[in-house]
Amino acid sequence: MSVDAATVKRIAHLARIKLSEAEAAPLQGELNAILGWIEQLGEVDTTGVAPMTAVIPITRAWRDDVVTDGDALDRVLANAPASDFGFYAVPKVIE
Amino acid sequence: MLTDLTIAAMQKGLRARDFSAVELADAHIAAVEAARPLNAFIVETPDHARAAAERADAALADGSAGPLAGIPLGIKDLFCTAGVQTTAASKILEGFVPTYESTVTAKLFADGAGMLGKLNMDQFAMGSSNETSAFGNVVSPWRSAGSNRPLVPGGSSGGSASAVAARLCAGATGTDTGGSIRQPAAFVGIAGIKPTYGRCSRWGVVAFASSLDQAGPMARDVRDCAILLKSMSGYDPKDSTSLDLPVPDFEAALTGDLKGLRIGVPREYRLDGMDPNIAALWDQGLAWLRDAGATVVDVSLPHTKYALPAYYIVAPAEASSNLARYDGVRYGLRVTPEGGNLADMYEATRAAGFGPEVKRRIMIGTYVLSAGFYDAYYIQAQKVRTLIARDFANAFEACDLLLTPTAPSAAFAAGDKSDPLEMYLNDVFTVPASMAGLPAMSVPAGLSPSGLPLGLQIIGPALGEAAVLNAGYAIERAAGFAARPDRWW
Repeated sequence: MSVDAATVKRIAHLARIKLSEAEAAPLQGELNAILGWIEQLGEVDTTGVAPMTAVIPITRAWRDDVVTDGDALDRVLANAPASDFGFYAVPKVIE
Repeated sequence: MLTDLTIAAMQKGLRARDFSAVELADAHIAAVEAARPLNAFIVETPDHARAAAERADAALADGSAGPLAGIPLGIKDLFCTAGVQTTAASKILEGFVPTYESTVTAKLFADGAGMLGKLNMDQFAMGSSNETSAFGNVVSPWRSAGSNRPLVPGGSSGGSASAVAARLCAGATGTDTGGSIRQPAAFVGIAGIKPTYGRCSRWGVVAFASSLDQAGPMARDVRDCAILLKSMSGYDPKDSTSLDLPVPDFEAALTGDLKGLRIGVPREYRLDGMDPNIAALWDQGLAWLRDAGATVVDVSLPHTKYALPAYYIVAPAEASSNLARYDGVRYGLRVTPEGGNLADMYEATRAAGFGPEVKRRIMIGTYVLSAGFYDAYYIQAQKVRTLIARDFANAFEACDLLLTPTAPSAAFAAGDKSDPLEMYLNDVFTVPASMAGLPAMSVPAGLSPSGLPLGLQIIGPALGEAAVLNAGYAIERAAGFAARPDRWW
């Protein structure tokens, strides 16, 4: 399976990365080389094999359903590029 | 020179009052400042190191000193450090100053260690040569005999590797997703261990591929790795994959006696066209382990060749999901095009903030997770991963540990591997253990014909760090590796 220029643009959009035309062309070649190499996994017979879900078997820890953290508005917003009235601020989304 | 001491020797010297923690810190701060041509640090934090040293001197005087009191460490820039910029070597996090401390660094600091600075690395830990950092390449302190070409320190923990090898810090934290502790350790002639997945908390460590990421120490010898690993390990309720198990005294396990131990040699690792120097070193390593009392057995890991391609589905898939959080809203870079809406802001921010290798991996991950490809790529890779883990489990029925080379070559020059795929193949020996979550370490074992360090890798069963370290210790003693880079910086 190889990706064409339109697919590269579609993936970039799904990943929310703006790609210039100059970036898209070489990326198409690189992605095809990598994906072509990955294709060999198709050779492996995985009939009846369960996909891995946890690399080390672990029993999930339980804890009481109580608030253990909070009241940290200033710390939460400390690194925000823009904030107003105790909220993150972003460009207008509703016209 | 105080900077030549191992951590174990520093502990002894500090307790005997041969020198003070402040003297030790100052010697390292000076070494860091003098080594800027290596570009090993993104941020230097001499004040942090000195303050910890002052506390250590007081604690040593009143008998309350922790095990790492006064030990100056470097911290990979993937660990969030309260009040100190943490970037994962990416422009998208430039200026990000965490308001919290990662569990691993908090544990090291609680034991008395100080921080000399944040170590450069491959951007978001994606790379094997430290050429993808937004803050410039890290240069290895090593050079090939008769050449001045800058060599790579390996990656992604390249700053950690360079800094420890160049005697800028006694030890450093690293992280390993597919070999990012072991391969750089091998390239610069130091020791490094990736523990069992879950041994060290991932809380506060910038995520790359969450089912693979594991923190671990890098230091000049095996004992120092054991000392640091003990401090870094332990259950953390804030990481749901953290193992709730007691932490062994790894240092106490270092006897060098391997009587009765069976060392497996995975035949699939003997690649066609393998560098004869690497093959010879591997044989030498087996001879050393036999001398220490072990027996050597042939084992098979039949799915070895599929570990790398499976890794390059699983890791980018998880990365594409983890890195979705960098959207310019809550922290880090924001780029808003003139008149642009929220979606334009996301796309412009991520275009400007991520480097080319990070974009490449996010794109691959997005593709393999996209509708119609998920089963063929991602699920198939996770099934292959089950088979890889099963291979190891079968092998460990016939042996206790595995010995392999760490990397297929010695360090190469910056710019020598420009094809991404060629770079990925450098992790061929380290990725399989990562896919199975197993502990594995690299120890320096010899030099290439051009005088560059070569490492051997020991892989153990889950929770087998103590045995891995002890075998590493046996190799270290037998190899007597004393080479160090000549100072040119």
